[in-house]
Formats: sequence, structure tokens, C-alpha cells
Amino acid sequence: MIEILQFEFMRNALYAGFLTSIICGIIGTLIVVNRLVFLAGGIAHSAYGGIGMAFFFGLPYMVGAIGFSFVVAMIMAGVSLKAKERADTIVGVLWAVGMASGILLLDLTPGYNVDLMSYLFGSILSVPRSDLITMAAIGVVILFLVSYFFRDLLAMSYDEEFAQIRGMPVKRLYYMLIGMVAVTVVMVVQVVGLILVIALLTIPPSISEKYTKSLAKMMLSSCFLGMVFTTGGLWLSYRYDMTSGAAIIFLASVVFFLSLFLDRVILLFKKNIVL
Amino acid sequence: MGEIHPMVEMADLSFSYPGQEVLSAINFTVYSGDFVAIIGPNGGGKTTLVKLIVGLLKPSGGMLRVNGKTPGRGGAVIGYVPQQIKHNDNFPASALDVVLMGRHSPDKRWAFFRGGDDRTAALQALEKMGMEKYAERKITDLSGGQRQRVLIARALVTEPDLLVLDEPTASIDTKGQAVFFNLLKTLNKDLTILVVSHDLLVVSSYAKSIACVNKRLHYHDIVGSTTDLMNAFYACSVEEVCPVETVVRGLNKNTFLDLPRHD
Repeated sequence: MIEILQFEFMRNALYAGFLTSIICGIIGTLIVVNRLVFLAGGIAHSAYGGIGMAFFFGLPYMVGAIGFSFVVAMIMAGVSLKAKERADTIVGVLWAVGMASGILLLDLTPGYNVDLMSYLFGSILSVPRSDLITMAAIGVVILFLVSYFFRDLLAMSYDEEFAQIRGMPVKRLYYMLIGMVAVTVVMVVQVVGLILVIALLTIPPSISEKYTKSLAKMMLSSCFLGMVFTTGGLWLSYRYDMTSGAAIIFLASVVFFLSLFLDRVILLFKKNIVL
Repeated sequence: MGEIHPMVEMADLSFSYPGQEVLSAINFTVYSGDFVAIIGPNGGGKTTLVKLIVGLLKPSGGMLRVNGKTPGRGGAVIGYVPQQIKHNDNFPASALDVVLMGRHSPDKRWAFFRGGDDRTAALQALEKMGMEKYAERKITDLSGGQRQRVLIARALVTEPDLLVLDEPTASIDTKGQAVFFNLLKTLNKDLTILVVSHDLLVVSSYAKSIACVNKRLHYHDIVGSTTDLMNAFYACSVEEVCPVETVVRGLNKNTFLDLPRHD
């Protein structure tokens, strides 16, 4: 088992998994608590438009994808603040338009064509060192913003109106949160793929939410679970020669359903004691 | 509480959503120390009125002052207790965490570790509401009534001049409601209270005055006697379609129908 760590790509994959788990644990907790999973999915998929744009105009990937997703994310945030009841429709439309425009732009790009599939499941086994550094830097910025605004974010997530009455800049905080989601998603998509991002943003927090009593503990527990899933998934993929991204997600979902089952058992057990 | 002064003043206040007028020509003053119950039919604008007072909505016209200033501009600290909070079933916060939200303000962000006095204040507020033994319990594990008490503790910990509650007893049973309103009555010794309710009979035995909102507003001081009270209810119902009418008529047709008509 240890011998696989002598390969640099394996070490980088582990580091990438750790960094992704930390970023996704923090942002994912805020997404789950604020029920923004659908919106995050929309942002992640619309990043395709950004990828297409980057190739079409010959821009660097990061500039195109982050720029595009950021704009789409701000539109979604604006719509969900102004017309809450229409928000899911608008997100759904932008989700589809983003993906379609990405593919069309790639069709129109002459010559070499990218395999968009590689953005779906990513390739955690081929993460270069430079990406790790960018991820670490973004992680530090997110960690700083979230700790600085921690109590504002907590109060806003629990009761937006009360937070607003207490003088917290609820709208700006919301835009900031969505902005952080956009940057996180684009950054991590490149490394581990679209599907894995959504899985890591939602599965560890939704398991942690049931067993933790504070937002900070939920974040910590989500980061830890994410690390367990990425490391365990990597080991599975190495041991049984499976696609790494899919193995990580599969492990995470097994634990997710186990926790649901466990809750049922605990509930039944409690009922029996009462009876 | 000091000298009696106007806590909330409204003059010709109106509010409309695009294409729909919700409140119009509201003239109403709440004095400090009052305990006002706001009643009225569903969709009559009760919640809108409350949201205007706490500063969540901006008036479309007219004047609104809270302690002499525009809402949200520091005229008075308002402790707001919302109708219900639509959060997840598993929201990760203890009752104490929720109360501590009332102690947070944007200028305290750099204080990474919270001072002990915030915690003490929060625990005291919980104690006042009889909830101190639930401080470390997860908020979502508490019953509707217990959660409501935590939310009031959260409002109290802001050291408010005015306590505004929107349908606070919606999730509490009848027995719990009596206890709850007794508690509000105690709090009213130091606080001005404004409570929205649809439960007329419960409210009537605790509130000092009643405002009936149905696009317009009618204000009634309760002098004390049951007749006066019913009079207020009845008058309110004559001009507008107030739920009062059905309640009062349902109770005793003969006694109430011959009451004098409200201007």
C-alpha cells in the first residue's frame, strides 16, 4: 500500500484530494446549509461555456472558465434574490445554455478538439504541481473570507431577515458566497471533474449535518470525510484498477446511504425503548 | 422605562407591491410601554406592516419613524421574532448559538474569540425564557414552542427597546399560549411590545391595545371591560371583513349585534 506513494502522480493526487476536500468541506457546508445545491450544480455545468469560450478565443483556461462562471453565478445570485420563486427555472436554463454554448464554441474552434468528457470526471491522477499551488492559494483566500465573516454567514444562513435587521450586509454576503462557490467549482472541476465536485460539495456536508451541533464542526467533519473519501477512493481505484473519480464518488455515496440506514435503525431502537 | 414617548409613528403610510396596494393611509402611533396586538384577516397586511416597522421593506409613501428615525437607522433597537424560520431539519446550531446570533454585529468581526460577556448575556436571556437547560441542545431537536422561546431570547439579547413578534403562537398549543402570553406580559414591564396574532381571544386578555389591519388600520385602546373589548372587535369588523366578525357573532349574536357602530 505504502509503495504507491513513491510515484509523484500518486502523491500529487493525494494532495489534490486533500485540498479539494478542505475547500469543498467549507464551501459545501455553506451550500448545503443554505440549500444552494441546485445553484452550485448550475454554476458547475455552465463552466462548460467558459471552457468553450477559452478555447474559441484562445484564452487561458482559468481566465475563460472563471470569468464566465463568475458572471453566470452573479446573474443566478441576482435572480434568486429578486425573484426567489423563479430562481430554479432560471438556474435550469442557464445550466443548459452554459453547457450547450460550450460545446458549440468548441465545434466552431478550428483544429484540435478537447475531450469535454475529461471535464466530467476529471483526472485526479494527472494533477500537475502548478495546479496544486493555485488550489492551495484559493483555499487560503476562502479560509480567510469564511473565518472573517463566519458569524455573519452563520446568522444569515439561519435567518436572513434577522441578520439584515441586525445590520449585516446580507445581500453582499450572498453575492460573496455565490462568488466563492463559482471560483471553487471552476478550480476544482479542472482537477477532479464536474461530477466529483458536486459529490464532494454535497455528500460530506449532508452526512456531517446530522451529527454536528455547530457550523464550524460541520465544516471540519466535512473536510475530514472528504479526505477519507478521496484517499479511500484513490486506493480502491489503484487496487482494483477503476476510474478514480467514479471510485471516490461511489465510496462517498455508499457511506451516505449507510448513514441514512443507520439513522433508521437508531430511530427504531429509540422507539422500542420508549415502548 | 422612563417617560412615555412615541416609539413607532406612522402618518399616511402606504405600501404596495406592483399592481397591488397592501396598506394605505395608515395613521398609527405606538407609545413606549404599550402592548399592541395587531389583528386582521389573512392577506390584510399584518406581516407587511411589521416588515415595514423593522425595516425589511421600504414604505411606498407616507411617513414612518421608529423612535424618531427611519427604520434601520439606529432610532431604536428592535428585537424581531419571525413567524417561523424555513431552515433545514438539521441546521447545525445549538440553542445557545442561535441566541448568540443576536449578539453579533458587523463591527465585532475581528474579535475572533467571543468575549465571555456575550455568552453570559445569552445564557441569561435563555434563563429568562426558561430555556437554560436546553442551551447546548441542537435547535432543530427542540419543539416548536421551545424554538419560539429561543428566538425570543435571541431578540432579547439584542437589548431591544421594542419587541416585534409575528404570529408567535402559531406552533404552540392552547395551554402553551397562555403561558407564553403571560411571559410577554412580564417582558412588557421593560419593553414595548407589538405582536401580530390571529387568535383574538387569547390576545385580548393580554394586550393593552389592539390594531386591526386590513389595508387600513383601526386602533383601539382597551379600557378594561369586556364590552369595550368586544366593541373594539366589532367596530373593526363592520367596515372591513375582519375575522372578528365571525368570532363575535358566533359567540353571541344577540348581545353583540346591537353594539354602537364605530365611526
